[in-house]
Amino acid sequence: MAVTQLIGARVQRREDPRLITGHGRFIEDHTLPGLTHLAVVRSPHPHALILGIDTTAARALPGVLAVLTAADFHKVLSGSMPVTPAFAPEKKYVPERFPIAEREVCFQGEPVAVVVANDRYLAADAADLVHVTYEPLPAVVDPEGAMSPGSPLVHTDGPDNIGWDMTYAGGDIDAAFSRAEVVVKERIIQQRLAPTAMETRGVMASYSPYSEDLSLWLSSQNPHFIRLFVSGAMGIPESRVRVVSPDVGGGFGSKISPYPEDYLVPAASKLLGRPVRWIETRTESVMTTIHGRGQVFTAEAAALRDGTLLGLRLTQVLDLGAYHGTFGAFQACACLMSGGVYRWEAISARTVGVLTNKVPTDPYRGAGRPEGTHLCERMVDRMADELGMDPAELRRKNFAREFPFVNNFGLTYDSGNYDGTLDRALELSDYQGWRQRQAAAREEGKLVGIGLSTWVEICGFGPSAATAGATGGIALVESAQIRFLPSGSVAAYVGTHAHGQGHDTTFSQLVAETLGVPLEAVDLRHGDTAEGPAFGYGTYGSRSLSVGGMALYTASQEILAKARKLAAHLLEASPDDLEFTAGAFTVRGNPQAKKTIQEVALASYGGNLPAGMEQGLEAVSHFDPPNFVWPFGAHVCVVEVDRETGAVEILSYTGVDDCGNVINPMIVEGQVQGGIAQSIAQALFEEVVYDGASGQLVTGTMLDYLVPTMNELPTPKLDRTVTPSPTNALGVKGIGEAGTIAASAAVINAVCEALRPLGIHHVDMPASPDRLWRLMQEAGR
Amino acid sequence: MGQTLRVTVNGEGRSDEVEPRLLLVHYLRETCGLTGTHVGCDTSQCGACTVLLDGAAVKSCNMLALQADGAEITTIEGLAPEGGLHPLQTAFWENHGLQCGYCTPGFIMAAAALLAENHDPSDEEIGRGLEGNLCRCTGYVNIRKAVKAAAQAMREGAAAPIGG
Repeated sequence: MAVTQLIGARVQRREDPRLITGHGRFIEDHTLPGLTHLAVVRSPHPHALILGIDTTAARALPGVLAVLTAADFHKVLSGSMPVTPAFAPEKKYVPERFPIAEREVCFQGEPVAVVVANDRYLAADAADLVHVTYEPLPAVVDPEGAMSPGSPLVHTDGPDNIGWDMTYAGGDIDAAFSRAEVVVKERIIQQRLAPTAMETRGVMASYSPYSEDLSLWLSSQNPHFIRLFVSGAMGIPESRVRVVSPDVGGGFGSKISPYPEDYLVPAASKLLGRPVRWIETRTESVMTTIHGRGQVFTAEAAALRDGTLLGLRLTQVLDLGAYHGTFGAFQACACLMSGGVYRWEAISARTVGVLTNKVPTDPYRGAGRPEGTHLCERMVDRMADELGMDPAELRRKNFAREFPFVNNFGLTYDSGNYDGTLDRALELSDYQGWRQRQAAAREEGKLVGIGLSTWVEICGFGPSAATAGATGGIALVESAQIRFLPSGSVAAYVGTHAHGQGHDTTFSQLVAETLGVPLEAVDLRHGDTAEGPAFGYGTYGSRSLSVGGMALYTASQEILAKARKLAAHLLEASPDDLEFTAGAFTVRGNPQAKKTIQEVALASYGGNLPAGMEQGLEAVSHFDPPNFVWPFGAHVCVVEVDRETGAVEILSYTGVDDCGNVINPMIVEGQVQGGIAQSIAQALFEEVVYDGASGQLVTGTMLDYLVPTMNELPTPKLDRTVTPSPTNALGVKGIGEAGTIAASAAVINAVCEALRPLGIHHVDMPASPDRLWRLMQEAGR
Repeated sequence: MGQTLRVTVNGEGRSDEVEPRLLLVHYLRETCGLTGTHVGCDTSQCGACTVLLDGAAVKSCNMLALQADGAEITTIEGLAPEGGLHPLQTAFWENHGLQCGYCTPGFIMAAAALLAENHDPSDEEIGRGLEGNLCRCTGYVNIRKAVKAAAQAMREGAAAPIGG
């Protein structure tokens, strides 16, 4: 893909004029005549039996229209919320999940009743007046404890707490370890995180009993999938359900899967015959929107003394929460990616999904790939330390260098140049200079560490051969429709749905360039299932450009093929004699004989068409990628740990990434900056904390859940290399998750190296001042 | 029972009957129809609801509407004349200072209050001025850049001769 005025250009975003002036349209900005407001009554207990629900006082409040419980919702909703096979197809136990609890609550915040009122304040008042009698039961908080046969049960009618238990075998692990000259072991914790989109979730629904159709507005990354799920549960034909996801104030994975409220709000609208809206509070969000990570790894790595990596054996204990997240088993891909960018003889990875009395976990930015990268990069650093090798050299010794590279589990990395990103990152970060400054700082007793993370990710979900089975039948391909209108303007419909990624801009750049029309002529439409025939599976997993963008590209090619025939007819030439450049067909050797694509578009709506050609200039295309795409990079972090307080200061942060060809470098840099920030946040600050005994959520507001401000984050030095993907015609890969996958390992490797003179080998996240201070105190004893 | 609230919102004098417990942010969003001011956290950490109250940046989700009685309020919709852009808005656009855009109105309003007091803030002063605002998308790099660019544009604009 050549760099042109539109491709590879820092085009300012088309989304921004509305967003910077307060004219964005987010979910809470939507209303309807006669709108009513819903509040959810939630369990204060992580585990309890419901003995009774007294709604008398709530109903008596003037302005309250209804108080609804599970018995009411059974009239309009059926089935259990969906759970996909993902990467753990053989589940041992999948508890049924109705959107609202009836007999037993299994996590704090689980819906028990809903109140609908004329006013949102009134709905909140009435929710407080619903009196629920509970019999508290023991709460299962620790996933490792939950695996033991004597553990209390997360669901009283469950066989045990094991959701799945399977092992991925990639080569002869015993043979690899039998040759080991050095073995290192570590236990690595991935704390639970709250995705914390700045806009919480929200749902508005209007069911019409007259036309028997449903309109549903919600803040979603994934409107088409939500339509599929909600129409099924409500028994309404999918074609009679319209789902609109407007401007979305961040998602990071937390707005992919369906939630109880996605069913309860439209169901309440059907029961009441009124439009209903629910907007999540921040505390509801931390308590009931999915969490990410929540995994405990035990791992051992084997190598020869010369640094040749041999084998990696690991177990992932994944805290599922009280139910399986719809795509919760996706997180098991940490196992499949645990080998990273290196050649290993064998990897054996056991994943155990364990139920606990907490909100379910599901994909959060990176989902499995940050965990796999963190594990791999920590183990490689532990090995370098054990061998007395420079961590950069140990990495280099084991890099995969021949592409396509097939990893231990049969996944094929499409292209890569790991030396290239590492070389550039070492240069840009002044690695050798920092090694000298580190030596000098250590002389002064300062704790300075340098951490590397050489990462790779699997993204661009995905090829039908892999994804149809993973979702339970539906392939995560993408479709796009492009239509020239008679005036020459272009409407492009896609099934992905941006929530900050700037698709209006990037996708329009792509279409305008391919069709040779001005950027202003292209209008990108997404987020409304009633618009255009495009069907799609949303925006997540760094898939939108490499799958959805490709659908736009192939639709554009189909349009050009038809336009060429029509232009040839109009110019009385053979289609083979036409050239298409700068948006116009010309007859080769006769540049005066010319039709612009917009003239051809107008003609396509007229009567002078070649025999057999239909009117109009439009195309619908589905793109089924032949493989995933495999971005990669190298990050370098330098930190100093304060001996007195345990505080970590990031002295320097460098990221060099490669996502293949780039359409808008400004947007790519922004994605990397934001991704690094979120991963540094995991490394140093954020953790969803539950009280270990009671199971009560401790970090229920932004006062306790520490999303970093501007003052806690560095300005990273960034650069890119370009290794085009051979997987698609555009040569593009994904970039939305790169920073998040890369950074936590670089930061923690740096912290661990800083503390190494004190005899500390490993630090878990968040590497908060109190954790480090305690570790230093223990080491000093 | 409602009480009378008299305020000036984006230059327009208003008188409305409001419930004593109505939050200022809900008054602006629902009574005035100014939905550019957002609610992000309910507890004053995130700053998405920041507006100017007599020129000072306040978090409108932590204030009752009646506490604003008699005040002049500026929201994101009123920062620039209709159809125009404030230098901060231009700078956020040019410097890719936003992604999802949900926190953006709050950042711009907080930055407007900062730049009204400090025409040439350092990185540290920008950090102090915006410590009450959270962004989850950008990592703040381009927000800081945008505020610096706007400060420069405003200094240069102020230095230009009137009518020149």
